[in-house]
Amino acid sequence: MSDSTAGPRPGDSEQDGGQLARQAGSEPGETGPTELRKRIIGTPPPAEARSMLGTPEPGTAGAPPVPRPRELPADPQNMAAAKRAERIVAACFVIATLAGVGFIAAYVIFPVHSILRAQHSNWALGLTMSLVFLALAAGAVFWVRNVMPHVELTEARKPLRSAEEDRAAFEASFEEGTQASQIVKRPLLRRTLIAASVPAAIAPILLLRDLGPLPRGTLDHTVWRRGLRLLNYGGNTPIRPGDFSSPGGMVTVVPDGYQDDFNALAKAACIIIKFAPGQIDFTSASHPVPGKVVENWTVNNIVAYSKICTHVGCPAALYEQTTHHILCPCHQSTFDATRGAKVIFGPATRALPQLPMTVDAQGYLVARHDFTEPVGPSFWERGTTV
Amino acid sequence: MRSIALRRRHPAAGYAVVLAGLVIAGLCYAAVTGIGAASAASQRVSGGPLIAEGRNLFLQECSSCHGYFAQGTPSGPSLIGVGAAAVDFQVSTGRMPAKELGPEQPRKVVTLRPQQIRALAAYIAALGGGPAIPTKADVSQVGADTGLGQQLFVADCAQCHNFVGAGGALTYGKFAPPLTKATPRQVFEAMLTGPEAMPVFNDTTITPQQKRDIIAYIAASRSEPNPGGFSLGRVGPVTEGLVAFLGLLLFMVFAAMWITAKHGKSHE
Repeated sequence: MSDSTAGPRPGDSEQDGGQLARQAGSEPGETGPTELRKRIIGTPPPAEARSMLGTPEPGTAGAPPVPRPRELPADPQNMAAAKRAERIVAACFVIATLAGVGFIAAYVIFPVHSILRAQHSNWALGLTMSLVFLALAAGAVFWVRNVMPHVELTEARKPLRSAEEDRAAFEASFEEGTQASQIVKRPLLRRTLIAASVPAAIAPILLLRDLGPLPRGTLDHTVWRRGLRLLNYGGNTPIRPGDFSSPGGMVTVVPDGYQDDFNALAKAACIIIKFAPGQIDFTSASHPVPGKVVENWTVNNIVAYSKICTHVGCPAALYEQTTHHILCPCHQSTFDATRGAKVIFGPATRALPQLPMTVDAQGYLVARHDFTEPVGPSFWERGTTV
Repeated sequence: MRSIALRRRHPAAGYAVVLAGLVIAGLCYAAVTGIGAASAASQRVSGGPLIAEGRNLFLQECSSCHGYFAQGTPSGPSLIGVGAAAVDFQVSTGRMPAKELGPEQPRKVVTLRPQQIRALAAYIAALGGGPAIPTKADVSQVGADTGLGQQLFVADCAQCHNFVGAGGALTYGKFAPPLTKATPRQVFEAMLTGPEAMPVFNDTTITPQQKRDIIAYIAASRSEPNPGGFSLGRVGPVTEGLVAFLGLLLFMVFAAMWITAKHGKSHE
């Protein structure tokens, strides 16, 4: 590389360029000034400008000083295209100006007192503002691409390490400050300062306590209890089995007295489904544990399942009366309502818990007791407390 | 016997034997499949001209899938007892007569005239009762409580049909259709009869007044403005994210390509 006598190649590094430039300066006969590569903006000037070889003694070489090459051509290659581009850029900027004025006008014109007016305001403000930025950016790009001359530029990176004299100066200054503060000589100051920083450092860790308290047993139980009526959610009326009588029916039910308690409903919401006689198949085949049989807590072919999906707790209530599938819309967990809400597809791993039901003295559907297992998704302590 | 033996070489004898064979085969077939009985059964329920017209229409348009008795076949369910409301819903939304079998029949252009739909509904109702077509008063929106309708809709409808009735996907190619085009009567009929995979909401579970409230909410939600600009189908963050990702990101990529594109001349 260093013994190369050919003209500079585009792939040569900066160091090689300098080498070549030095050779050019010392041996003018071989490479003329026209063959010098263009100075690259942001890079050190060519070697002859700050030659480390020293200035050639007058009269010895007789080489004329190499003129510093221009960094950028003054004009673009294609003047006609540049003229055209100039008009486009100016048009972009005019559009940006008008859009900016339009933005201000839209802000004044459209008050936001109603949703309908907010819609118009959002439309106008959003469109004008994006037009401002779009036109400015497009104009800038046209400017750079068609008006400015085209040259490839590379920029050398500064070394990350500070200069030696800066490092020495900092060291001296630090040493001076240490001496002046007398922190080494005065242990009382030093130790009390360290002591002051300790509680301040511990305090943020202590604040993590506010992430608690742990839910403990609250996730294991819902508000359902013996004798609590099932209300048809929305209308909040109790339900007689004789009224909820059409096979293929399904409604959301909530515990009586908790219809407005969203914290309670987050765990206690259920759906009830009415089947035609003979459709329910609560046998051992449905139960995931061999030998156990799905509990049959139904009333008149009405069954109640938790509405909270056992995967991550979405409301699983997309009931298809043709297939008897209960689908969870979040991750497509699918449960078979005729077989104890057994999982037949999707990421859920447990059946939807069944709410034990019976009928009270007035003939309305009531809970027999709470669910016999925690509803909803898995949690850390699930199964450890009862 | 002798005369038959004599005439067996008659030029028409061959034709007579073939004809007799066809008649016997046809009678046997009718006896096995019960076509004659079917037409007899259909005639028994013809109580009036409307029902008679409905029966003719049924035999033309519906019986290939639902059977001559409307008893159902592997291609189509039994229609006995589904009621006039179910017929009116399916036919007035264009779902029936079906073009082809599939996981679910989509809403399409109605092919029967209102009078024909009434006749068909009367015929099916005559077969086995079932819910009647709701009257204008049944679906009147006068005095309906939109707020209660929203509560009911969110509790029992929104899981499939989306909060603003935009519809959504179910399992195995089925879907809950958007409620944007359904008339109040069709929504009422759908709740009453539970078409396809939809659950039934009978009048003792969701009262007629509550049904009217739900319809009022559906109607009100259609005319809600979209404060954000575009509605994007009103199906929530999924479409918004998709538009942002596919639309805006693609735009950014092309913008970046344009900015950094090289001119041919600069490299010569």
